[in-house]
Amino acid sequence: MQEVFTKSMARNIYYGGSMFFVLLFLALTFDTQGALPKLDNSQNLTEQVAAGKRLWEENNCIGCHTLLGEGAYFAPELGNVYKRFGENKDAIKAFIRSRPVEGIPGRRSMPQFNFTEEQLDNIVEFLKYSSEINTNNWPPNIQG
Amino acid sequence: MQYQSQSVAKLYFLAAMGLFAGQILFGIILGLQYVMGDFLFPEIPFNVARMVHTNLLIVWLLFGFMGASYYLVPEESGRELYSPKLAVLMFWVFLVAGALTILGYLFVPYSGLAQMTGNGILPTMGREFLEQPTITKLGIVVVALAFLYNVGMTVLTGRKTVVTIVLMTGLVGLAVFFLFSFYNPDNLVKDKYFWWWVVHLWVEGVWELILASILAFVLIKTTGVDREVIEKWLYIIIAMTLITGIIGTGHHYYWIGTPSYWQWWGSIFSALEPIPFFMLTLFAFNTINKRKREHPNKAAVLWAMGTAVMAFLGAGVWGFLHTLSPVNYYTHGSQITAAHGHMAFYGAYVMVVLTIMSYAIPLMRGQQAKSNRMQVMEMWSFWLMTVSMVFITLFLTGAGILQVYLQRYSDAPQAFMVVQEKISLFYWMREAAGLVFLVGVVLFILSFFLPQEEKNMQAQPA
Repeated sequence: MQEVFTKSMARNIYYGGSMFFVLLFLALTFDTQGALPKLDNSQNLTEQVAAGKRLWEENNCIGCHTLLGEGAYFAPELGNVYKRFGENKDAIKAFIRSRPVEGIPGRRSMPQFNFTEEQLDNIVEFLKYSSEINTNNWPPNIQG
Repeated sequence: MQYQSQSVAKLYFLAAMGLFAGQILFGIILGLQYVMGDFLFPEIPFNVARMVHTNLLIVWLLFGFMGASYYLVPEESGRELYSPKLAVLMFWVFLVAGALTILGYLFVPYSGLAQMTGNGILPTMGREFLEQPTITKLGIVVVALAFLYNVGMTVLTGRKTVVTIVLMTGLVGLAVFFLFSFYNPDNLVKDKYFWWWVVHLWVEGVWELILASILAFVLIKTTGVDREVIEKWLYIIIAMTLITGIIGTGHHYYWIGTPSYWQWWGSIFSALEPIPFFMLTLFAFNTINKRKREHPNKAAVLWAMGTAVMAFLGAGVWGFLHTLSPVNYYTHGSQITAAHGHMAFYGAYVMVVLTIMSYAIPLMRGQQAKSNRMQVMEMWSFWLMTVSMVFITLFLTGAGILQVYLQRYSDAPQAFMVVQEKISLFYWMREAAGLVFLVGVVLFILSFFLPQEEKNMQAQPA
């Protein structure tokens, strides 16, 4: 680089530029937090949903599945699984309940978690809540 | 090596190498599970192996960053490390905490681990990359604080260079953004929003500062190019990193319940994110072209060049590939993401840590460089790892394109598992490339530990 562009100019761009964009990011974050209640389905965030989220976390579901497209890519997207199962809570519960302990020979299989009826209800409520978040129409179709 | 205390870095580099090998072993297991779904099931289900794979990566890179800091900060600051004892103590704390966590993943069901470690008190577990028990996270904070104190005191009481200032900024940022891992609201959208403050602002923000400063240090040392020139580059690269990368966070806010204006902010700014990586490549090649001496450690220079190129390809090009929101609408959370993740992490962070190891370990042993034979072996490891990673990325990209088409784009979208079986050939090829990568890792480690038979090891003047 030529001498017309000095080190102190580079330093000023660094400090000035990053400071400006940190502030802009904070402002956008502030605005986003204000806009979320209309989008994030928080009106349906019940105790059951919160308990379901905890179960989701404490069984590391994200280690195989994606949720709203984030997670691992080994197993199907679950952000819209409630809709994919025809909004049938019992079908989702039956699926989770019926996973074979020893897996399926040669195929991927979800582990058997031995959830109680109450836990299954909580998980389903969490999945229902997730499916009603306004995701700008993602995923493109029901297959996730 | 100019200061005795720099040698604490050796411990950190050793641990990093060991954990790197472990990470790749688990990568091989995961790759096999992709095509043989019941492999090691139910003993080591996919989610456990993946957690080990990603967490080992993060931990060994952190070991590498800390080792790099302990090596370069005393030399840059012109003084001994503030407290070598604290550095050794924190090494063992971090290693034991890390090992216990990994063993916990492998031998206790995850929900049991959550129970044992009291996740209910402050729930932070079960989110991608932040799976560590809360108590481990607290341990990481303690280690990070002690590390920052140690390195910070050395910097503050010594000569301040642009390299150490940028490095410190990156390290402080790393610690600060990690604190968001303790924020886990019930509201899924808020959870995800701030989860990215750890993940994105790490890898597309402050970690790039660490990367650039380590690379700048190695280039100053191996090329003898004027520090003024290198520092100017360093400032302008990290300026572009933060100018593009901070608002670039928006490319994660397209489909998670956040306002749709993020599609504009995210697309525009993350389309600019390749710029700092491109500048990094220009910087490395320019500096090496204008070198004022031939450093005997050819392998280290090769790693430095490789870092710049592969970081640009993996983070820059493969990131750009799926960052525009109309594209990302189809590719989000597909094998395209996995392809980008692999090459970006390897090109930017794995390679920069291997660069500093390659440069510093011989010096800590009183040599300028390894014997020619061992350098040749190390260069083989460079090419095996780098070429196989290119292929891993290409195969995953192929898998991803097919997946996106069959599952999301065609007129008759097919179910996830149906599509997975159709694209399994790509997963087999990825696995084969992964085995080549493993050979590269083994050669890399061996090149440091095999006897250096030749007599032409240049001894460093005491």
